[in-house]
Amino acid sequence: MTAPLHEPTAETAPSAAEEAALAGAEAKAVQGRSLGRIAWERLKRDRLALAGGMVVVLLVLVAMFAPLIAGQDPDAYHENLIDPLFGTPKGSLGGVSADHYFGVEPVSGRDIFARIVYGARISLLVGFLSALVAVVLGTVLGILAGFFGGWVDSAVSRVMDGLLAFPQLLFIIALVSVMPNQMLGLTGTGVRLFVMILVIGFFGWPYIGRVVRGQTLSLREREYVEAARSLGAGRLYILFKELLPNLVAPIIVYTTMMIPTNILTEAALSFLGVGVKPPTSSWGQMLSAAIDYYDSDPMYMVVPGLAIFITVLAFNLFGDGVRDALDPKGSR
Amino acid sequence: MGHRTDSGGPRSRSGPRAVLAYLIRRLFAAAVMLVVIIVVVFCIFFLVPKWAGVDPALSFVGKQADPAAVEAIRVKLGLGDPIYSQVWEFFKGIFTGRTYAAGGDVTHCSAPCFGYSFRSEQAIWPVLTDRLPVTLSLALGAAVLWLLFGVSAGVLSALKRGSLWDRGAMVIALAGVSLPIYFTGLLSLAIFSYGLGWIDAQYVPIEQSFTGWLGGMILPWITLAFLYAAMYARITRATMLEILGEDYIRTARAKGLKEQTVIGKHAMRSTMTPILTMLGMDLGALIGGAILTETTFSLPGLGQAVLNGIKNQDLPIILGVTLITSLAVLLANLVVDVLYAVIDPRVRLS
Repeated sequence: MTAPLHEPTAETAPSAAEEAALAGAEAKAVQGRSLGRIAWERLKRDRLALAGGMVVVLLVLVAMFAPLIAGQDPDAYHENLIDPLFGTPKGSLGGVSADHYFGVEPVSGRDIFARIVYGARISLLVGFLSALVAVVLGTVLGILAGFFGGWVDSAVSRVMDGLLAFPQLLFIIALVSVMPNQMLGLTGTGVRLFVMILVIGFFGWPYIGRVVRGQTLSLREREYVEAARSLGAGRLYILFKELLPNLVAPIIVYTTMMIPTNILTEAALSFLGVGVKPPTSSWGQMLSAAIDYYDSDPMYMVVPGLAIFITVLAFNLFGDGVRDALDPKGSR
Repeated sequence: MGHRTDSGGPRSRSGPRAVLAYLIRRLFAAAVMLVVIIVVVFCIFFLVPKWAGVDPALSFVGKQADPAAVEAIRVKLGLGDPIYSQVWEFFKGIFTGRTYAAGGDVTHCSAPCFGYSFRSEQAIWPVLTDRLPVTLSLALGAAVLWLLFGVSAGVLSALKRGSLWDRGAMVIALAGVSLPIYFTGLLSLAIFSYGLGWIDAQYVPIEQSFTGWLGGMILPWITLAFLYAAMYARITRATMLEILGEDYIRTARAKGLKEQTVIGKHAMRSTMTPILTMLGMDLGALIGGAILTETTFSLPGLGQAVLNGIKNQDLPIILGVTLITSLAVLLANLVVDVLYAVIDPRVRLS
């Protein structure tokens, strides 16, 4: 700092320094940060959420490269590893060995590790795709209801209320189980997967639709929408360019929260015997088979149970982090 | 008293007449909803199989039946009639009873008639009344537990935000919502029933032995309550935190009210409203069959009945349970909405 020529008081010097600092801060602030950037920076600091996210990425990789990782056929029988008297695996901890990291199934002797790895495909496929169905339906119908109001709104809202009051699990089970074995060129497990994705997604859309409708209702009265309208913007322009970008945050939050719920629903359906058909492996199905062995071979039940738990926990941790990161109030 | 919104509309119109009008409107809506659900169930179990080429009459008689017997059943049960007349006969049967007749073969089914099982040929109504108490005691017992533990854990967490207690409780709650109930159920069976041998986890009807019944119910109660307590603790904490940040709480504190009053009277009241809504929906859904819990613990409740019905394509039992479930959900929601207005003066009955 240069020495002032006149009246060098103690007061002016620091105030000049403060000004410089302020100017510096303003220059930084002017750059501006998008919502996505702010959210990403918050998310980066949330170690639990990051850990959850990493597990999710890992699971997706496992599902994608299942044949490589499993290293063996999940449907191959190894009856030589089974105690012929009790039908339970030989050796300790359900037959854990260098060839079978998590042991083998009772009676058939199929490798549990390979079945878990292949089961990840089913869980993630149903979890993600059914969430996609719910998001598309919920966003489109929610925006339409909120934006157009009137009879469109009352019709969509009635349907949403109705669906939310429905005994959902019951209907999902019913719908999945009455579907024929062959349709649209799919057979067996393909049909079940297709139907599960559609039905779980269909019962999930009102949760997203409600939020989107509410947000749209409040957003469409904002000044910037008014401004766009007065400049002659058409309805489609306002819908896609003005409203949709502001709905992205709540949609992302509800989607990340919905995926673990859908994974649990898929596991529940498979557990109840209306999920994918054997021999295709799924975690829920393994647990339901393990009921009969909970006393003689507890390992058989613990492995798929932990697989579901870890997956859902990872998604929940990540989802909570995303919600907190995108929350404009930044409380919690 | 608490707080009112300052929206410009008319002030609260919750006189007795308004309440009555509201109740009637809600009951009417509930009745419409019930009819819609039954029609949908009929469609799922009649139209979809028809489209897939499965004959309900055939599924009643069995695979190797002679065509005359199939035709007789079709006529007797009215399975050849159009959907709307079958739905109508079903509803009429519930109130007036129903007489099935085909030629000389006549069966009468008295007043609350839900028809006969396609498989066991039992009347449905006694099956429902047999199984309802099991499911009801499971749902209500668990609800008491989860409200007690879930809500208080959530409130304490919100009040001691950031403390060790808060973190611990929230970690447990997060784990709780991530665990499938059939896994915790199996684990608890393996540990407490098989491993330690503390509990004989067989379901025993309460008329036979009270302690036996209690022993059979305790693990299902705890397992079910753990899941819901985790959910409720998370929601309670989030709601409470949001409410503690509201202006009226600051005002209450500024007025010099004791912290106990601020929390106990002002904050708790608003926290309870969303909890009550959830409770209504969850209880309703559980009464209609805690399918997963009942399957895990082999409890002979409604959930198991409907699951078997679905697996055997036994329409009458599915219809019966669905009707009870829907009724329970709608009633629970109705009760909750009325309670809502009592708890929260901001809610207007409109």
